[in-house]
Amino acid sequence: MTYQRPNFRHPDAPTNPLGYTRRDYEGSISTLCAGCGHDSISAAIIEACFGLPLEPHRIAKLSGIGCSSKTPAYFLGRSHGFNSVHGRMPSVATGASLANNELVYIGVSGDGDSASIGMGQFAHVVRRNLNMTYIVENNGCYGLTKGQDSATADRGSKSKKGASNPYEAIDLASLAIQLGATFVARSFSGDRHQLVPLIQAALSHKGFALLDVMSPCVTFNNHTGSTKSYVHVRDHIDPAPVDFVPIRDEIKASYEAGTTFEVRMHDGSVVRLHKDSGQEYDIEDPQAALRAIAEHEQAGRTLTGLLYIDKDAPDLHKVLGTSPRPLNSMQEKDLCPGSKMLDSINAGLR
Amino acid sequence: MRAKQAVNDFVVKFANVNGTGSASANSLFAKSIFRMGIPVSPRNIFPSNIQGLPTWYEVRVSHKGYLGRRGGVDLMVCVNPQSMERDVKDVEPGGYFLYDSTKPIDPRLVRDDINYLGLPLTEICLREYTDARQRLLFKNMIYVGALSALLEIEFQVLKDLISDQFKGKEKLVSPNIHALELGHHYAMKHFECPLGIRVKRGGDIAPHMSGVDHILMDGNTATGLGAVYGGATVMAWYPITPSTSVAEAFERYCTRMRIDPGTGQKNYAVVQAEDELSAIGMVIGAAWNGARSFTATSGPGLSLMGEFLGLAYFAEIPTVLVDVQRAGPSTGMPTRTQQSDILAAAYASHGDTKHVLLFPATPAECFSLTVNAFDLAERLQTPVIMLTDLELGMNDCMSPPLEFDDAYRFDRGKVLDGEALDKLQSRFGRYLDVDGDGITYRTLPGAHPTKGAFTTRGTSRDDYAIYTEDGDAYVRNMDRLLLKFETAKRYVPAPKIKPAAQPTRIGTLFFGTTASPAYEALEILEEEGYAIDALRLRAFPFTREVEQFIDEHDTIFVIEQNRDGQMRRLLLNESNCATREKLVSVVNYDGLPITARHIAGHIRSRLGGANVTDIAQKRSSSGRTMA
Repeated sequence: MTYQRPNFRHPDAPTNPLGYTRRDYEGSISTLCAGCGHDSISAAIIEACFGLPLEPHRIAKLSGIGCSSKTPAYFLGRSHGFNSVHGRMPSVATGASLANNELVYIGVSGDGDSASIGMGQFAHVVRRNLNMTYIVENNGCYGLTKGQDSATADRGSKSKKGASNPYEAIDLASLAIQLGATFVARSFSGDRHQLVPLIQAALSHKGFALLDVMSPCVTFNNHTGSTKSYVHVRDHIDPAPVDFVPIRDEIKASYEAGTTFEVRMHDGSVVRLHKDSGQEYDIEDPQAALRAIAEHEQAGRTLTGLLYIDKDAPDLHKVLGTSPRPLNSMQEKDLCPGSKMLDSINAGLR
Repeated sequence: MRAKQAVNDFVVKFANVNGTGSASANSLFAKSIFRMGIPVSPRNIFPSNIQGLPTWYEVRVSHKGYLGRRGGVDLMVCVNPQSMERDVKDVEPGGYFLYDSTKPIDPRLVRDDINYLGLPLTEICLREYTDARQRLLFKNMIYVGALSALLEIEFQVLKDLISDQFKGKEKLVSPNIHALELGHHYAMKHFECPLGIRVKRGGDIAPHMSGVDHILMDGNTATGLGAVYGGATVMAWYPITPSTSVAEAFERYCTRMRIDPGTGQKNYAVVQAEDELSAIGMVIGAAWNGARSFTATSGPGLSLMGEFLGLAYFAEIPTVLVDVQRAGPSTGMPTRTQQSDILAAAYASHGDTKHVLLFPATPAECFSLTVNAFDLAERLQTPVIMLTDLELGMNDCMSPPLEFDDAYRFDRGKVLDGEALDKLQSRFGRYLDVDGDGITYRTLPGAHPTKGAFTTRGTSRDDYAIYTEDGDAYVRNMDRLLLKFETAKRYVPAPKIKPAAQPTRIGTLFFGTTASPAYEALEILEEEGYAIDALRLRAFPFTREVEQFIDEHDTIFVIEQNRDGQMRRLLLNESNCATREKLVSVVNYDGLPITARHIAGHIRSRLGGANVTDIAQKRSSSGRTMA
């Protein structure tokens, strides 16, 4: 069931520069299990969009099937949503983006939805550099069907019943870099200080932005022996702190020279990374990013933060050369070549 | 031995090796007859292969304007030793066999009831050309030149066609004409020209085909062009025979007609997807966002798209899909024709679903029904599947010219834009049936800051698009979808009915490429004294006219190109008047187009030689319908 929020609005609630309150970015009440990591991600999306700010109705949110894919109902209630079919959200998002390049597209998927049934579509949406933010709410298991291992479960991670996963895990972040993704980040649902600026950076990126967010399943994958439990994730991540400075804000905080690295996005906003957590490679170098991810993994750690960015790569619209006018706004005069043209085509067929 | 005598009424078949450039020469041959104003229907019978295997091209010339496949061969042009044994057998007694006589023919292939025409193609090429590629390619032009002499094709027409074909590449004109002349001269010198079979401008052409403006075009090209005129802006597809050329035609026409001359920006987007699942997903995503979008596929692709079609049905998203059918099941015969996706298309997806189907029969109709498909999809907010087949899609067909009315406006259906939402007093209900026709109002993402947003979903929902597992709400919604399907009957194209010369209780029902051979069969049967009405179906759901036709006949031959009589089954399922006794199947499913001979033979044997009057009397005396 979906539970609607009451319409109550606090009169003194703070507004963003567009005049919206945080409540304008909320959705209906979550029906996920209490403590689910996914709810924290929904909250981070709300915070990120409120803070950027984006107009809620100019965002479209899309998802596949699974616990993660239910969450678009729980944020951005003023945005259109599309809860599509299992593993196929990337294609729906591609079509939607082709039809209207003016909206902001947020896709929410899970590890089953992206790394198993949707692996094909995931790979190809990455290759096409579709301008969207793609969030994988990664808990290493199938929650909605009661806890089966997913393809991102680590080898050796134990299920609730004690069985050890015999298969190698798929790392979507590394895979995305190999496939030519232009923005790849990893985060943890429990670290909103890192997650919110990463989502904001992803939304500002003109191209495909993957956020692989570890998001523990409190019901089926939060026990001792699981490598996707809150405790295990907290103990094993190496978080690289990230700040996001929107276009209109001047950079206020000052940092000791040499401790930060800034990436200026095409819209003028700035992503600032802190070099104090082992992330000392060139994040615009895909090979370096892959090496860093692998080195941390070999040491039993998980590197989080912005892992890789290529902010200059052309997105799908640019590659296809489509008109800057949204295709869905075009009328007969733009699209129908008319009867005279048809007469000449007929003449050529005689 | 008697040689066949016929003016403008014969079949020529070319036996080639695929990948040797024969297709363009064979097409030149067919087009030259078309340019002489003589009805012609060429068809490719080709392998699922790129180079080296036997391929055939069959050209029927028919002064009566019969465009269906006739069956049998009067003149075989055999350029492929691999298939010679079989090709010799196909020639009807009194017919002709033209072969490459550079090497003597195997005596075992010599029949005494057909005429042999030895043309030393390889020898001429070896003498005339030094380049291996030229030797291969001009061989084709030489036999076309020889045929022009043998069949009295006007040589000037061929020359004009060559000039048209190589416009901009004038260097190629004279070598090609030279090759034609080589063949022509050889034939004039060595054979008695013309043969008993030949063409003649203006010779006894059926009135409806003579003097009437026709074009020669394949259905897939017409479909792709129809999508341009229908306002499609997003096309996603995955290559599959025989539908590939729909996508290619759309893109080709778009590059000509949809690029802003000032900026070079495109008013369309084409994506070759990673598979059919993705192709239909993109179409649905684009349609959800208000763009007219479509995909083209064939049987295996349709199977893969099933899940998404269920979503589009249930979530009510306008979706246009063109299925160019081929012989199934599974990979089947990918380069052979069939009409065997009827049931798979009508009920695609799990759960209770029904989809609107369209059945064009000519390139002109491929064009107009494609335009129509976008209107229907948006008006009805549901998938619309246009079913053509390889026969129509990939062969050049004589067709009335394509027509487009400049006054045409897209029917975008019930969409509330920002302005309408602003004025809306009550709560917006995406699935609230305000008008009582089962069709509800939709909104597009981004339309309004506070109103009209909802989540589109494949899960059950209430009138306001809120997820629900309430059984009553689910049933209400499913029943409304059924009501919407009833409403669809008001919008889909009506059938074309052709009554017999006299009243009859016997009818035929057919669709798509079965139409030409069916009409031809009915003319044959009419001459034999059978009066049979005809209904050419153009859409599903079945409209009032279809119900009435079934109701008014005791026996209806349902003619189609699949094993199981799928249209008959669909009629039994969905029509209120159809009964198992009434509907008699006439099917052909060998992968080649059904022929008039086959249809007439089947109906004749079923009616047991009884003429219509007998049957009518039998019925009135016994009061029983004929089974």
